[in-house]
Amino acid sequence: MSAEEDNGVTVTPPERLAIGIAFGNSNSSIAHTGSDGKPVVIANEEGDRQIPSVLSYIEGEEFHGNQAKTQLIRNSKNTVAYFRDYIGKSFDSIDPSASHASAHPQKHDKTVAFSIHDTSSESPNTVTVQEIASRHLKRLISSASDFLGQSVNAVVITVPTNFSEDQKKELEAAARDAKVELLQFIPEPIAAALAYDARPETEVRDKIIVVADLGGTRSDVTVLASRGGMYSILATSHDYEFAGQNLDQVLIDHFAKEFIKKNKSDPRENPRGLAKLKHESEATKKALSLGTNATISIESLSEGIDFSSTVNRIRYETLANKVFGGITRLIEDTVKKAELDLLDVDEVILSGGTSHTPKIASNIATIFSQTTRVLAPSTLATAINPSELTARGAAIQASLVQEFDVDDIVQSAHPMVTVAPHLHNAIGVLLLSGDASRGIFRPVLDPETPVPAKRTVTFATPREGGDVLIKICEGIRDIKVTKPEPKPKTNGATVKDADEDDSDMSDSDEEEEEEDLRERAWKVGTELAEVAIKGVKKGGKVEITLNVNAELGLQVVAREVGSKTGVRGVVEKPEH
Amino acid sequence: MAAAHVALPLPVLPQGWTAEKDFKPLGKISKPIQRSIEPVGPHFLAHARRKRHHRTFSEDERIQAQENVKKVEDDDDAGEISEPEDPVMLQRDAKDWKGQDHYAVLGLSKYRHRATEEQIKRAHRKKVLRHHPDKRAASGGTEDDSFFKCIQKATEILLDPMRRQQFDSVDENADVEPPTKKDAAQKGKFFKLWGPVFESEARFSKIQPVPLLGDDSSTKDHVENFYNFWYNFDSWRSFEYQDEDVPDDNENRDQKRHVERKNNNARKKKKTEDTARLRHLVDDALAGDERIKRFRTEERANKNKKKNEREAAERKAKEDAEAAKLEAARKEKEAEELAKASKVDAKKAKEAAKNAAKKNKRVLKGSVKDVNYFVESGDANANVVDSVLNEVDAVIAKLEPEELADLAAKLNGKKDIAGVKGIWIEEVKRLEGAGKLKTGDMKVLAA
Ligand SMILES: Nc1ncnc2c1ncn2[C@@H]1O[C@H](COP(=O)(O)OP(=O)(O)OP(=O)(O)O)[C@@H](O)[C@H]1O
Repeated sequence: MSAEEDNGVTVTPPERLAIGIAFGNSNSSIAHTGSDGKPVVIANEEGDRQIPSVLSYIEGEEFHGNQAKTQLIRNSKNTVAYFRDYIGKSFDSIDPSASHASAHPQKHDKTVAFSIHDTSSESPNTVTVQEIASRHLKRLISSASDFLGQSVNAVVITVPTNFSEDQKKELEAAARDAKVELLQFIPEPIAAALAYDARPETEVRDKIIVVADLGGTRSDVTVLASRGGMYSILATSHDYEFAGQNLDQVLIDHFAKEFIKKNKSDPRENPRGLAKLKHESEATKKALSLGTNATISIESLSEGIDFSSTVNRIRYETLANKVFGGITRLIEDTVKKAELDLLDVDEVILSGGTSHTPKIASNIATIFSQTTRVLAPSTLATAINPSELTARGAAIQASLVQEFDVDDIVQSAHPMVTVAPHLHNAIGVLLLSGDASRGIFRPVLDPETPVPAKRTVTFATPREGGDVLIKICEGIRDIKVTKPEPKPKTNGATVKDADEDDSDMSDSDEEEEEEDLRERAWKVGTELAEVAIKGVKKGGKVEITLNVNAELGLQVVAREVGSKTGVRGVVEKPEH
Repeated sequence: MAAAHVALPLPVLPQGWTAEKDFKPLGKISKPIQRSIEPVGPHFLAHARRKRHHRTFSEDERIQAQENVKKVEDDDDAGEISEPEDPVMLQRDAKDWKGQDHYAVLGLSKYRHRATEEQIKRAHRKKVLRHHPDKRAASGGTEDDSFFKCIQKATEILLDPMRRQQFDSVDENADVEPPTKKDAAQKGKFFKLWGPVFESEARFSKIQPVPLLGDDSSTKDHVENFYNFWYNFDSWRSFEYQDEDVPDDNENRDQKRHVERKNNNARKKKKTEDTARLRHLVDDALAGDERIKRFRTEERANKNKKKNEREAAERKAKEDAEAAKLEAARKEKEAEELAKASKVDAKKAKEAAKNAAKKNKRVLKGSVKDVNYFVESGDANANVVDSVLNEVDAVIAKLEPEELADLAAKLNGKKDIAGVKGIWIEEVKRLEGAGKLKTGDMKVLAA
C-alpha cells in the first residue's frame, strides 16, 4: 500500500516512519532507530519502557499499560491481559491459565474473544482477541508517534519462533486495523541477537549463540548459528512452567504463609487479596534483582489487615531455586536438542525481564565453559538491558527495511532466498603435521555455515620457512574427555556449611567427585585437498581462502602473504 | 569479516611431494543440511540481494525450496501423548494427591520414569487444554476443577527433579513383580519372566547404564558381571513420599518432632527392607538361572576333560616308560647274545687257527722230512734229523700264525731239496733281518 487511491486521486504516500515493537504476553516495548543508527526504546506517557500488554475499561474509558495492570486488583473482569498467545488460535487450542485473574478468554467462532464492559453501556460486549491486539497496538503506536513528533505508519513486530502462520495472519490484520503497515515479523531471539550484533563495537564473528528469552508467562530458548552475520536456528524450546510468574508465585506463597502465621487467614483465598499480593510480590521480586533486601507493604491485604514484611535475596533465591533449576535444565536440553555440547556455545544472550535476576544469570554461567560469554546485566557490565533487547532488534530491522516495498520484503524472506545448504562439518587446515593422526585441525569455515560462503585465514609457517603443505580437510566436532589425576587425600578439616536452611536442599554429604576435564576438539574427517606453497620466507605467513559455492564445490586460493603469486585449485562439487 | 590469524605453523612439505600446479584434490565435501537463514539483519539483506537479482518467486518455488529443510520447531500438538482417560481417575480429589498416579493423570502411563521433562510439559499442556475449568464450562460441563487440580499437582511433582525421584521411588505401577516360585519353575521362561524385572529395577541405580539379564547366549563374563553388579546395587530409592504428614509449625512442637522422628525411622526401615528385597530377588534369579548351572556343568566337564587328559597323559607316560624298559631289556639281551655268539666264534677261530697252525707246522716239518732232512742220498741219521727238526722248531717258535701260513704255503708241494732249503734259508734270513733270530743260531738252515 505504497500508494493509496483516495477519491480517484493518487496521493503521494506519506513518508514512512517505521518502529520496532516487541509484543509480549506480559509487556510490550516500542523502539526507533534514529539518524545516528542507534535504536532507542521509547517511554510512553507514563514514562514506562516496559508497557504491560494490558487493556482495562472503566465506564467506557480505556486504560493501557501499567494503569490497566493496576486494574487487575479492582476491575479484573474488564481487564484483558496475557492475550498475545491467543491471537490466531482457536479456543480449543489455548491454555487460558494466564488469564485466571483477568477477563477470561471465550470461544468465539473459530477464534478467541473476551466479554467485557468496554463501553458505558450496561451489557458487556464480545471483543475478539484480534480487536484487543489492534487496540493495544494503536496505543503503542500513538505513544511512539507522540514521542517522535511524527506519525508512525509502519512496524516490525517480534513474535516467538513457534508463532504459527495463522497467528501471524491475525496479528497482521490487527496491525492493519491499527492503521500501520506491517513490514515484517521477526523472531524474538533473532531480534535479541541482532540488538547485540548491530552495536558498532561488535565484530562479525562466527559463533554459536543461545538466546534464553525469559519472560513473564513463558521461557523460550533458541540455539542459533551465527555465520557471517547471518542467523540460522538450530533448535528451540518453549516452556510455560518456569517463567517470571512462577517466581512471583514463590513470593506470593512465602508472604501468604507469613500472613497466615500471624493472622490465621490466607490472603490467596480472596481474588482481590491475591491480586494485591501478586502485584506487590512482582515489585518485590524486581527489587531483589538490584538490592539484597526488599520490603513489601500492602494496605488491607485481607480482612482489612495491613501486611508488611522484608525478604532478603538469599532467602528468595533459596525459595526460587526450583524455578531457577528448571530454566537451567531448559537451556541444557535445548543445546542437546541442537546436537551440540555446552562447550560448543560461544555466547548466551539473556533476554526478557526475568533475565535481570542475578542468580539465574550466575547459575547459567556455571553450566557453560569459562570462555562462553553470558550477556546479562549481572555477568557483564556492557550488557544491554534484557527487557529492551527484542524491541531494539525490531527497531534495527525496521530501519533496514524501511525503504523497501512490503512485497520486496516478502520476496526477500521467501524460502528460495532463505533456504540454503549448511555445512555439516567444519572445513579447515591441518597444522604441525599433514598426517591426520598427528596434525591439529583448525577450522576456516565452521559447521552450520550456509553456502555460498568464503573465509580467509592466515597461518604461521615453520621457523625456517621453506616449502609448506596445506592439507585441507573436514573437521568433525568432538569432545575430548580427560580423567582427572587422582588427587592425594587432604586431611584438613572440611569446612562445614554452618547455615543449614530449612529448605529441602539435598544434603550433599558425599565427597565431591573430581569432574572429568572436557574440552572441545576436532576429529579429522574427509581429506579434501593438498596444496604446496614453496620457498616461504623465514617468518613468512600463508593466507588461505576457502570459497564454497552453493553446489558445495570448493575453491582454494593460497599464497604467501606479500607475494603476488599463489596456488589455486578446485575441489569439484559432490554428487549428493 | 576480518581474516583471522592462526599462530600454529603449517607443516613442512613432505619429501618427494609433487602435484600438478602444486594442488592435489583428494575428496568431496560431505552432504549438507538444508536450513533457513533468518531474514533479519544487514548481512542477510546483502545475501538476499545477491540471491534474488530482483526476481519474484512463486508459491511452487516456496514449496520446493522448503522440501528438505530440517525442522527445528516441533508441532505444538504432537499427538504422541494420548491415552484414554479412566473415568474413575477423572473423579479424583486433588486433596488425595499422594494416592494419585501422576503419570496416568498426565497420560504418560507408558513412559513413567522414562518420560523426559519436555514430554511432561507437553502432556501437561495438552491436559490443561482439555480440563481447564474455563474449557469445561465452555463445553457445557461443570466448572468443577478438581481434576484440573490433580493435573497441576502431578505436573508440580514431576517437574521437580527431587520430588519426582521421591515419587518414582514408590511408583508401584512401574514395578514388575518377580515371578512366583511356580512360574519360575516352568522351563524355558526364565528370561521372559526375569528380564523385565531387572529392567524395571534398573531405574533405581545411581550408576547407569545398568547391566541387564541378557539371554541364553550371554557370555560367562556378562553373567558374572551382571550378578556382581546387582549384588552391589547402589540405589537412589528413598521413602519420603510415604511419610506421615508433619503437623503445621506452631501447633505442637513435640508432636511435630515425634512425627518427624517416626518418619525418619520408617524411611530407614523401608530402605533396609528394600535392600534386602533386592538381594532376595537377585538370589532367586541366580538360583533359577540355568546359565549358572550350565556354566558349572561346562566348567565341570571342562575340569573332567582336563582330568581325563591328564590321566591319559600319565597313563601314556607310564606305558611309554614300560615300553622303553622292555626295549632296553630286549636290547641288552640281544647284545648279550651277540657277545656270546662272538665268543664262540672266537673260540672256533682260535681253534681253527690252532688247527691251521698245527697243519702248517706239520707242513713245515713235513717239508724237511720230505726232502730227507736235506740228506742227498741215504737215510739221514738221527743226529741230522734232530738238528734239522730242532732248527725247524726254533724257526716255528718265532713265527706268527700268518707267517707260518705264508711259509707253509710256499713250502707246500715243494719236494726238491734245493727248493725247500732255499725257502727255509730265505725265511731264516728274513727272521734274522727282523732280529728274531740270531745269525749263526741256525746251522743247517743257514746258507
Ligand atoms: N528487574 C527485574 N527483575 C526480575 N524480574 C523482572 C525484572 N523486570 C521484569 N521482570 C519480570 O519479567 C517478566 C516480564 O518479562 P518481559 O517484559 O520480557 O515479558 P514478555 O516478553 O511479555 O513475556 P511473556 O510473553 O513470556 O509473558 C515479568 O515476570 C517481570 O516480573
